[in-house]
Amino acid sequence: MTQLDSSLRRPGPDGPAGGGPRPTQSSRSGQPVKTRRRGSRLIRWLPYLLLLPAVVFELAVHVLPIIVGVAMSFFTITQFQIRKWWEAPFAGFDNFTVVLDFSGPAGAGLLRSFVVTVVYTVIVMAASWTIAVAASVFLQRSFPGRNLMRALFLIPYALPAYAGIIVWRFILQQQNGMLNHVLVDQLGVFADKPYWLLGDNSLVALIVVNVWKYWPFAFLIITAGMQSIPTELYEAAALDGAGAWRRFRSVTLPLLSPVNRTLLLILFLWTFNDFSTPYILFGRSAPPAADLISIHIYNRSFETWNFGLGSAMSVLLVVFLLVCTAGFAAFTRWRDRRA
Amino acid sequence: MRESVAFRITRIAVLAIITLFVAAPLYVLVTSAFKPLKDVQGSFTWWPTHLTVQPFIDIWSTVPLARYFANSVIVSLSATVLSVVVAILAAYSVSRFTFRGSGSFKATVLSTQMFPAILFLIPLYLLFVLVDRASGLQLAGSQLGLVITYLTFSLPFSIWMLVGYFETIPRELDEAARVDGASSLRTLFQVVVPAATPGIVAVAIYAFMVAWGEILFASVLTTDESRTLAVGLREYASQVNVYWNEIMAASVVVSVPIVIAFLLLQRFLVAGFTSGAVK
Repeated sequence: MTQLDSSLRRPGPDGPAGGGPRPTQSSRSGQPVKTRRRGSRLIRWLPYLLLLPAVVFELAVHVLPIIVGVAMSFFTITQFQIRKWWEAPFAGFDNFTVVLDFSGPAGAGLLRSFVVTVVYTVIVMAASWTIAVAASVFLQRSFPGRNLMRALFLIPYALPAYAGIIVWRFILQQQNGMLNHVLVDQLGVFADKPYWLLGDNSLVALIVVNVWKYWPFAFLIITAGMQSIPTELYEAAALDGAGAWRRFRSVTLPLLSPVNRTLLLILFLWTFNDFSTPYILFGRSAPPAADLISIHIYNRSFETWNFGLGSAMSVLLVVFLLVCTAGFAAFTRWRDRRA
Repeated sequence: MRESVAFRITRIAVLAIITLFVAAPLYVLVTSAFKPLKDVQGSFTWWPTHLTVQPFIDIWSTVPLARYFANSVIVSLSATVLSVVVAILAAYSVSRFTFRGSGSFKATVLSTQMFPAILFLIPLYLLFVLVDRASGLQLAGSQLGLVITYLTFSLPFSIWMLVGYFETIPRELDEAARVDGASSLRTLFQVVVPAATPGIVAVAIYAFMVAWGEILFASVLTTDESRTLAVGLREYASQVNVYWNEIMAASVVVSVPIVIAFLLLQRFLVAGFTSGAVK
């Protein structure tokens, strides 16, 4: 507070912006606030000026490139025209027809990648959320070492993504990896050491690594959400004879739903668009079984240098994500109204 | 509330399994960093034959890690500082003024999060090349281009969280400063910012983490000269003869500071997240 006091005691206005804009609170709290006319034009523009840097950066790095990306999906681009792609032949909806022709190679590849991504996303989200809820519930009661355990659980999320994934790559090696050492040498689950980073097992590997990487975030958010649930509610439920499971179903889950809503949406966008895990785990060529959509588009784009085709795939991906997000929002609103 | 025996057993078993799942890779990460090379190239062992700190010394000479490290520090720190300043200004505007377009600003900023990076990766690169041609500014392949890119990645979430913090600061403080004659910007930096310091530090850690761990844009927007750690380490791990102990040592070095900072400040991050989520 001393810092604050000294700043308040500092004398005199000094900028041309002296005098306040009408603060939003003054009307709400009804406290009399001296407003001055001086510099009122600047004041009107001040909120916009403050937003300006954020808007400029967002426009430059997100909005403009997104518009360009959508435009590119209507051109047939070769590696010779990349720098001046707008001079490439206009293709109309050709790229989209090629990409959506599921009997052709491009369409079949995209469809396969999409299915893999959906399966992977559903499993990663369900597993991450379940583990996070279990950990949060079981850490509600205080015991020695609880804070240590909480901190430990958060480390995979805090770790720079590539550090965590590189360790998994080391662990999942076929010959000398830790996992096969445990499964084959120590437990004898398999007769031969399976490959985890090749073939169909790579999807399992991808799911396990991403659950490891993403569940701590869900844990962080759900733990915070649970802490805001008043303990009296649990006590009242217990007095009514509700057991642990019943208390969880009737108190914890319903009160977590606003937190869950945002959490699940964020988890969905993260896992569905994930690029770094397959990119680091498998190297440049992700096995077909773990060919996530982002990796698929990235590789197709740089393989053929036809960024028009890649952009068309990206645009379809965005449409899908928008539909999912809108559908999710509509669903939660509908459920709110029913409740 | 008494705990039944069944509940207690389930609780201990579940927590033990989760602990194992989380800790085993971390254990491998740390112990492998202290192993001699022959231990990590042969079959896996739980314990080093003899502990050595050699990997931590060798990383600075075998990989151009020092350069990657310097690049990552420069890019991440610059992106963090810029992102935090820009986010403070924007969050102050949204939380303290009523003006047309503030709602659509918030919605637009958040919705940019929904677009997959792959959609604007290549266009962004091409735009950078165009700007370079027109102005000679060098955005493609340079640290500057990466800084600008990364700062926008953390911006939406940072603004969102800071609006949440600023709302918790009583407006009476602003008004007292204003009555004293302080301008809006003075009020922001001398009243609001000091009162929101924990939140701002948390947002800074978040922005730093985003830049420090990013790999997709770094793989396209950097050259050998401006390589960051993420891309450099990945390339190193893809070579035929991998010095795993050095990779683990490098991973430990790049992780420890950020993990500690995150653990100390996660409480503030969460407060920001949930305050935004509930609204």
